[in-house]
Amino acid sequence: MNAVALMASLQNKIAQADPLGEYSWVLTVVFYVFFFAFMVYGQRIQMYVMIREVQGSLYRLKYIKDEGRKITIETIKEIGKPQTDPTARVDRFLEYFTISPQNMDPAGLVWKLEHILDVRDTRLKDEVKAMAPAADDTQANNLENTLEAEMALNYIYKVIRHFYLLGKKTLSLYVIMQIQMILPLIMREAEAYASALKAFAYGQPIGDGAGALVAAKLSFGYEKRKIDKDCVVATVPMEGRTAFIIKAEGPGGNVGKPGDAIKTVIDENEGKIANLIMIDAAMKLEGEPVGEVSEGIGAAIGGPGVDQFKIEESLLKYHIPVNAVIIKEDVGDAVSPMRKEIFDAADKAIERIKQVVLERTKEGDKIIIAGIGNSIGVGQ
Amino acid sequence: MQETSSQPTKIPSRVWIVILAAVALSLSAIMLASYIMNNPEVAGQEIAVYLLVLGAVGVIFSAYTLFQVRSRMLRTRIESPPITTSVECKACGFKNVREFQRGDYIFKEGEPCQKCKAKTLITAIYREVKDKEKDSFLS
Repeated sequence: MNAVALMASLQNKIAQADPLGEYSWVLTVVFYVFFFAFMVYGQRIQMYVMIREVQGSLYRLKYIKDEGRKITIETIKEIGKPQTDPTARVDRFLEYFTISPQNMDPAGLVWKLEHILDVRDTRLKDEVKAMAPAADDTQANNLENTLEAEMALNYIYKVIRHFYLLGKKTLSLYVIMQIQMILPLIMREAEAYASALKAFAYGQPIGDGAGALVAAKLSFGYEKRKIDKDCVVATVPMEGRTAFIIKAEGPGGNVGKPGDAIKTVIDENEGKIANLIMIDAAMKLEGEPVGEVSEGIGAAIGGPGVDQFKIEESLLKYHIPVNAVIIKEDVGDAVSPMRKEIFDAADKAIERIKQVVLERTKEGDKIIIAGIGNSIGVGQ
Repeated sequence: MQETSSQPTKIPSRVWIVILAAVALSLSAIMLASYIMNNPEVAGQEIAVYLLVLGAVGVIFSAYTLFQVRSRMLRTRIESPPITTSVECKACGFKNVREFQRGDYIFKEGEPCQKCKAKTLITAIYREVKDKEKDSFLS
């Protein structure tokens, strides 16, 4: 049956039902108008619906970004006691960018990337010191993290705005569609950063610090020494073995350079390390419970990959086995104040570590236990 | 001298609009009902019933849109969940759970114990999340 026949049949049925008596022609006209409007402009209507959806999210993103900026500036003023208004400097900071090294010839890329990241880190730290001269090291680290979270929010907002305006300008369904499809995930990420921003501003422990928390619990009460870069190591007797517990120095927002720290400890012990156990927070899949502890093999560390590369190089040099214990959480939990489930999971992770130590090493062995993650709000 | 604030609470304009709309709708409904009751022949007319249904549908859609706008405005706020700090006494084991204060961190020495005046230690900082209903068959 073709469309015209279908229309005629529908019209007949409506006329037979006679819902409005002498006014039934109004319904017929309305029906035809809608039918032809949707047939000709269906895609365009769909596009306008999508544009409106993106516009709604864009408003929300702008609100989150502006609130974040306000919190950042207020925190800088409160903690840093600057002589002048830091607003202009913060706005300039938010537009900073980092150009990753050229990868046409990948040899030595890790060291180039590390150099770029070091320069960036130094620059950000200098900027924070200039913005907040009264802040101590812990507060300066927290402020740096706060500014980075705001930078991320600013970037997300600008990218979504770019696609929204481009879509409106070109009236291309595909430009709008690609952003509309991933919008729920982007919004989740933006909300996570908004929550992170507050956590950083107040110096609260975040979900990503689960590894650092485990290391702090294992080494609490033992003497620590500083180790390159921004990390601490404690020598702890454990089940008849000697464990070197490494974590980023807290309680300021800091991830340190665990790659360098692990390499230093391995070199100090001339490679005589029976096992490396790494603990980190890891992304959970939907349906998995928050704070679930899992065990596996490999260097459990995120970030740009420089530290993972260094750890793997050191392990390969001395043929040291590596085990990983992860605490599962989603992206929102990783950067927002630590959930109770994640905090409680630290004890479960410690039990699992002890089990690995007993099963995979012998009495008298030396082992390294590295708690990876941001040490914000976690002392040692 | 202690200063007290005695500024009157300002009612937002959108609350006034909602109140006005509710009053107008209630008055219309009362007038319509009284007209139908005084003129029973109107209730028998088919077109009147259709128009009444259309009006009711319009009111329902308006109310739905209003609630949608309100829930969107609520969603715009950034939530800040309450953060709990747990302080424990090393000597007597007394545990004090309080709200997070700026400067708290895990393993920081806290204020003297309320019971024995010994040193206390911050042992936990976390937020509690009330999980929404889970799909039990998926877990």
